[in-house]
Amino acid sequence: MARVVFEHVTKRFGDVVAVRDLSLEAFDREFLVLLGPSGCGKSTALRMIAGLEDPSEGSIRIGDRVVDEVEPKDRNVAMVFQSYALYPHMSVRKNIEFPLRTRKVGKEEREKLASEAAHTLGLETLLDRKPAQLSGGQRQRVALARAIVRRPDAFLMDEPLSNLDAKLRVQTRAELVELQRRLEATVIYVTHDQVEAMTMGDRIAIMSDGVLQQIGPPQSVYEKPGNLFVARFIGTPAMNTVTGPVVPEGEGLAVAIASSRVPLPAPYAKAVGDAGLTGVVIGVRPEHLTLASEGLLPATVSVVESLGHERHVICRLEDGQMVIVRQQSSEPAPGEGSMVRLATDLHHLHLFDVHTEQRIEPA
Amino acid sequence: MAASGRPKARRIATRALRYLLLTVLAVVVLFPLYMTIVNSLLRPSQIAARPPTFFPTHPVWGSYSDAWNAGHMGRYLVNSAIVTTIITVGQVATAILAGYAFAFLEFPLKRTLFLVFLATLMVPFEITIVTNISTINDLGWFNSYQGLAVPFLATGFGAFLMRQAFLQVPRDLQDAASLDGYGHWRFMSRVAVPLARPAVAALSVFAFLGAWNQYLWPLLVTKDEKYRTVQIGLKQLRATSIDQVNVTFAGVIIAALPLVILLLVFQKQLVRGLTAGAVKG
Amino acid sequence: MTFSGDSGTLGALADLGEADEAEARTPRQRGKRFGRRRRREIGLAYLLILPSLLIFGIFVFYPFFRNFYLGFYKTPPFPGLPTRYVGFDQYSNVLTSQDFVDSLKTTVGFALLTVPAGIILGLLLAVLANQQLRGVGIYRTIFSSTIATSVAVAAVIFGTLFNPVVGLLPWIGIDPKPPILDNPNLALFGVAIITIWQTLGITFILMSSGLQSIPDELHEAAQIDGAGPVRRFWRITLPLLSPTIFFAVVVGSIFAFQTFGQIDILTQGGPIKRTNVLTYFIYKTLRQDSNDGKAAVLAIALFAITFVLTLIQMRVLEKRVHYGR
Repeated sequence: MARVVFEHVTKRFGDVVAVRDLSLEAFDREFLVLLGPSGCGKSTALRMIAGLEDPSEGSIRIGDRVVDEVEPKDRNVAMVFQSYALYPHMSVRKNIEFPLRTRKVGKEEREKLASEAAHTLGLETLLDRKPAQLSGGQRQRVALARAIVRRPDAFLMDEPLSNLDAKLRVQTRAELVELQRRLEATVIYVTHDQVEAMTMGDRIAIMSDGVLQQIGPPQSVYEKPGNLFVARFIGTPAMNTVTGPVVPEGEGLAVAIASSRVPLPAPYAKAVGDAGLTGVVIGVRPEHLTLASEGLLPATVSVVESLGHERHVICRLEDGQMVIVRQQSSEPAPGEGSMVRLATDLHHLHLFDVHTEQRIEPA
Repeated sequence: MAASGRPKARRIATRALRYLLLTVLAVVVLFPLYMTIVNSLLRPSQIAARPPTFFPTHPVWGSYSDAWNAGHMGRYLVNSAIVTTIITVGQVATAILAGYAFAFLEFPLKRTLFLVFLATLMVPFEITIVTNISTINDLGWFNSYQGLAVPFLATGFGAFLMRQAFLQVPRDLQDAASLDGYGHWRFMSRVAVPLARPAVAALSVFAFLGAWNQYLWPLLVTKDEKYRTVQIGLKQLRATSIDQVNVTFAGVIIAALPLVILLLVFQKQLVRGLTAGAVKG
Repeated sequence: MTFSGDSGTLGALADLGEADEAEARTPRQRGKRFGRRRRREIGLAYLLILPSLLIFGIFVFYPFFRNFYLGFYKTPPFPGLPTRYVGFDQYSNVLTSQDFVDSLKTTVGFALLTVPAGIILGLLLAVLANQQLRGVGIYRTIFSSTIATSVAVAAVIFGTLFNPVVGLLPWIGIDPKPPILDNPNLALFGVAIITIWQTLGITFILMSSGLQSIPDELHEAAQIDGAGPVRRFWRITLPLLSPTIFFAVVVGSIFAFQTFGQIDILTQGGPIKRTNVLTYFIYKTLRQDSNDGKAAVLAIALFAITFVLTLIQMRVLEKRVHYGR
């Protein structure tokens, strides 16, 4: 296994910049997730590691080797595709052996390695079937077996779970992580599903419009999103963000939301004041909001969604901005159309510059 | 269709009528072929007799050996088989190669060249014979298998058909194969062509049919039974056995039989090939 | 690839848009340092299309364009003499000659005799054989059976059946004098019947696959709306089949203009040139008169007709696609 490094990599397709000045390192034996909406450049980044696309600028290293001039087949990486890319006309066994055939691996050795890979993924009984005779989950496992049989330096996975149904996806998620730990593999995993990213990744790299937004362990990305994009992208339901002008409030500063004032805690007020910001975006995660009579912001309940164990109360502020409150189902439910007040512990606040959309750290 | 209130008798009558209509039409369509078989088994005098004989109670099989040997139908059949095989294999091969390039590779002038390929569909072969005859003569290929086959070794239609089939091959497969160390040639032979088998089969049958049925070109570039194909041979047979109609009919059966067998074995591919490519003919 | 009006190869030119798409889908803008890999791909591509291009160049495009050149030169009456440059004179002489006009009329007449009748018959058989009836598969096989016959086979069979001595027509009372294929008024008609029969199989298959591509739901919906079988045929089947029919008309016409084998075997253009269709005219000019120049001009005329038919097809298809989506 080996680390994978991007050094100032840019990829252009004609006039379109798919990846812009990407510098990133996946450590040896790390499960690194590239997360972002479709078209953000994450798949292009992955394909550049594989050698299926060549960087327009910058270079890529696998282990200690610069691979820019290396053919895909000689990079010793394996890829698992969203469509699995199984050869439909070959049996499972042939599919798994396929990567070994070009590598001058003897017939016996080939069979042995294929059997091992099949065993690892519990495919022994399916070896003579064709892909069309397999379920989605089984196909996915064949794709994995075909990847591990080569003992590559790194696994590249392009949305490998997105063709599975929801239940199987949850199960496979865990299995994939188990496999990664067992093989001590470097995995670079592309997904648009932030739940997958949160649950599987050692670290998450979030991309948008070809630009790396933030990279870090899931928890820290969740707790300290570096900018508005990350804040809104990570977490379900998404973080509530309301925008308002900064106004003086007594000694300190507050943010005006319609007729209400949200006072900023002193360290934030100092940071905002020092930067001379006139407007900010306040972010609060739905689970950090409560409905309380002493709350700061008046709102109207428009819809109540019950999920069984919890409930999402969707409210409208006076000025029409939407806010979601996450409640445990044990709490009393507000009636739709009722007036409520929203409260939060102020240290759960996230603050972003309204123009640069960057996170504001307390001074 | 069968309204529940309709009396059963009427329903049966409607059905009977449909069968009757189908059967009458089937008889009309088949009649010429049937009479060909019958007549091939009669003596010339029986064929001319009135009322006609509609069933050969004492079939005379000699007409077939006459057509086969004296009428050279055996030789013509071999010629046709050789020429048709060369053309079919050649067309399929060139179509696979060109189709692969247009589907999987990027190269300058790709669009223009594809247009050139399609443009060949607009030029019926009949239009090119004036010069093609002299070309074949200049090459010294008059009255030869090369002369019969080479002009047809590539078609724009075949390349088009294979390109369409190759475009159906998922892009991911090509990426996976290139990671696995499979270059274009091996990807073509191990993955792309096997996956495009239905198109290959359809194209093969279509090419076979076209080559087998050729008439104008073999007529122009052959002069004797050494290279004459079965279609031209049939014309020849008819001219030389005017007083032996049964032999002519036997020759017709011999000429048609390979295609009948082909039709029965490859019915599905045939239909696919014909409907996909009825344009080119 | 199943047949429908817009997936035919003649529609392929319209399909070129797809080629752009394919290029956009795999944009490969490689830096200069990847020149070698890129060059190899380009080299391979040209290598792969080279065999086809060679054949096309030698046997399609060269002879095609040479026709225009040959048309400028008059072939001498005796072989061995040099050809003479006459410019466009030969074009105007040949294309206005009575022989050409007659041949064109004959060919158009032949197309009119064979194409509509063939399609109507094929459609009738297809509709009948598309019913839910036990054993209908046998009828389908029978109706498509004539694709196993070649033009030569059909010509020889019918040539004999039409024969006044050994044929069956006189026996059933059809006994014109002179006999059909020698009768100036009937010969073209006789050849047309043979052609209709020979092409019936393919027309049937074409119409059948067209019918089968019409979703059952549409018929069922119409049935629920109270439309009887006849009404359903005119209001549902026929309109939805119109692209297939249109396609068959154009392609059938192009084929009709290439008719040759039947004529060569049965009538040799006669009697009194009444079956002298264009392709046979070219053949005779080339073979009997050895008049390359004139044959080239005739070939250009044949091309022009085919070309116009193709353009009509493409234009109509394009319209249909635009309105339909």
